[in-house]
Amino acid sequence: MLKGSGLLEQPASSGSPVRGPFPVEAVRRDFPILGITVRGRPLVYLDNAATSQKPQAVIDAIGRFYATGNANIHRGVYALSEQATVAYDQARSRVARFLGAASPSEIVFTRGTTEAINLVAQSWGRAHLGAGDEILVTAMEHHSNLIPWQLIAEQTGAVLRAAPINQQGELDLEAWHRLLSDRTRLVAVTHVSNALGTLNPIRELADAAHARGAVVVVDGAQSAPHLPIDVVALGCDFFACSGHKLYGPTGIGVLYGRAELLQRMPPWQGGGGMIASVTLERSTWAEAPARFEAGTPPIAEAIGLAAALDYIDGIGFEAISVWEDALLRRAVELVGAVPSVRLIGTAAHRAAVLSFLVEGIHPHDVGAVLDDEGIAVRAGHHCAQPVMRHFGIPATLRASFAFYNTMEEVETLARGLGRVREVFG
Amino acid sequence: MASLSELYQNVILEHNRSPRNYRVMADANREAQGHNPLCGDQVTVRLRVDDGRIQDAAFQGSGCAISRASASLMTAAIKGRTSEEAAALFQQFHRLVTGHPEAAAPETLGKLAVFSGVSAYPIRVKCASLPWHTMKAALEQTRDPDQSPSPDL
Repeated sequence: MLKGSGLLEQPASSGSPVRGPFPVEAVRRDFPILGITVRGRPLVYLDNAATSQKPQAVIDAIGRFYATGNANIHRGVYALSEQATVAYDQARSRVARFLGAASPSEIVFTRGTTEAINLVAQSWGRAHLGAGDEILVTAMEHHSNLIPWQLIAEQTGAVLRAAPINQQGELDLEAWHRLLSDRTRLVAVTHVSNALGTLNPIRELADAAHARGAVVVVDGAQSAPHLPIDVVALGCDFFACSGHKLYGPTGIGVLYGRAELLQRMPPWQGGGGMIASVTLERSTWAEAPARFEAGTPPIAEAIGLAAALDYIDGIGFEAISVWEDALLRRAVELVGAVPSVRLIGTAAHRAAVLSFLVEGIHPHDVGAVLDDEGIAVRAGHHCAQPVMRHFGIPATLRASFAFYNTMEEVETLARGLGRVREVFG
Repeated sequence: MASLSELYQNVILEHNRSPRNYRVMADANREAQGHNPLCGDQVTVRLRVDDGRIQDAAFQGSGCAISRASASLMTAAIKGRTSEEAAALFQQFHRLVTGHPEAAAPETLGKLAVFSGVSAYPIRVKCASLPWHTMKAALEQTRDPDQSPSPDL
């Protein structure tokens, strides 16, 4: 006799949302990897915008599924499959609650943010875009919220327009509003820039876009880990995010789509699980979200993601955002004070990301010196080459924070940067 | 455990600060551009090749200390060599930086042996090799070296 799944019932270690001083040391103990050493030094992990580390609760949920609950879903009449199906459906409900969606049927599981955006481009885009229609993006998009639109524009004859950013790395709102027109059918914008940390005013953009009859796609890969998300309050039609940046596993992402739009969209990939009936000649499609989940979905990953969301809510975004803001402010202060350091992107509203250069020294070389100190930062163009071009630089260093980072780690980063000059003279 | 000082040996730091042959070459008859899309490094290699022998070599571009020093030391090392000798030297250099067990004895590489530390940092192999791939493309007169398949990318 199988016991109740229990797969989604593990309490987050912190229990109820955190009040008072942020218990960063207690939180760190929930993440086994934060105890390792790199090049003989304690790991200082500051590449959270690339991927976040995983709490034991997530590792355990995935391990438990494979150890005691693994079966394919929507298959047999046997208990194990039924249990896996229930766990997968519960994960979808968990995500819906996390994003403020009205119904779990508005949540499609994908491989990640990239696939979620490609889904909208290929399904909604193919059905609705034609020659002369316009897609409006911004110059601060990650390539994953740019290339899918370039591809669909090429395929449909639609025109891609991009609103510029200013020297602070903020969206030029005046230019954006000017580029929005009655020809604009779709607006795609990142919630938080992965390269600069800039936070965009989604509600304002969404209201303006809707007034012109355009749909709004928000890339939430960098916002969902740091801000409470309410897709209804944001006013977006689609919202995409990734499990692995949310302290969950790789290989799973989420597309929120407003029910009214999602139910009318055609499939974009064919296979098992997405059909109503099939003959050799033609087929009819399942309702959304199943229509968009051809093939065996990432079941263990969905269960792991649900555990991650439980963990995050166990701490609470109120406490998380206060702590992460303090980390970012301290980083701006300390890193900005290191001689020769130039901060790239100084938007008034931003989240958890600090991009910078050491004058005269290539980011890869700076990154190597920091690596020698056990500090993991990203050095490169961050899949945002138009942003780099805007600032006239090939690459930056990026330190990106999570709630498990400490003030001491920020100080270690600043000290490590001080060493760069010693090495390169 | 690899150490930073093995990667950034003094000769590398010195060539990064004062690269040799960093210039336009007016009488160049071979030229190629190399680009590493992962980090944005760019290098232009110009050669003067007469009777199958490299009479002069120069480079320009932007990149990290490893790629800049590699370009500097490469241009010095290939001058006076035939195309075949330069290609053979690249092969030896490549074995060195990838930690190939049959890597040439350091003495046959001369100053290029300072790049031995790169093998402990696989991601930097691309940086060290970019000028060499570009030089090879220049010898072969490939217009678009970054379009050709590279074993490092």
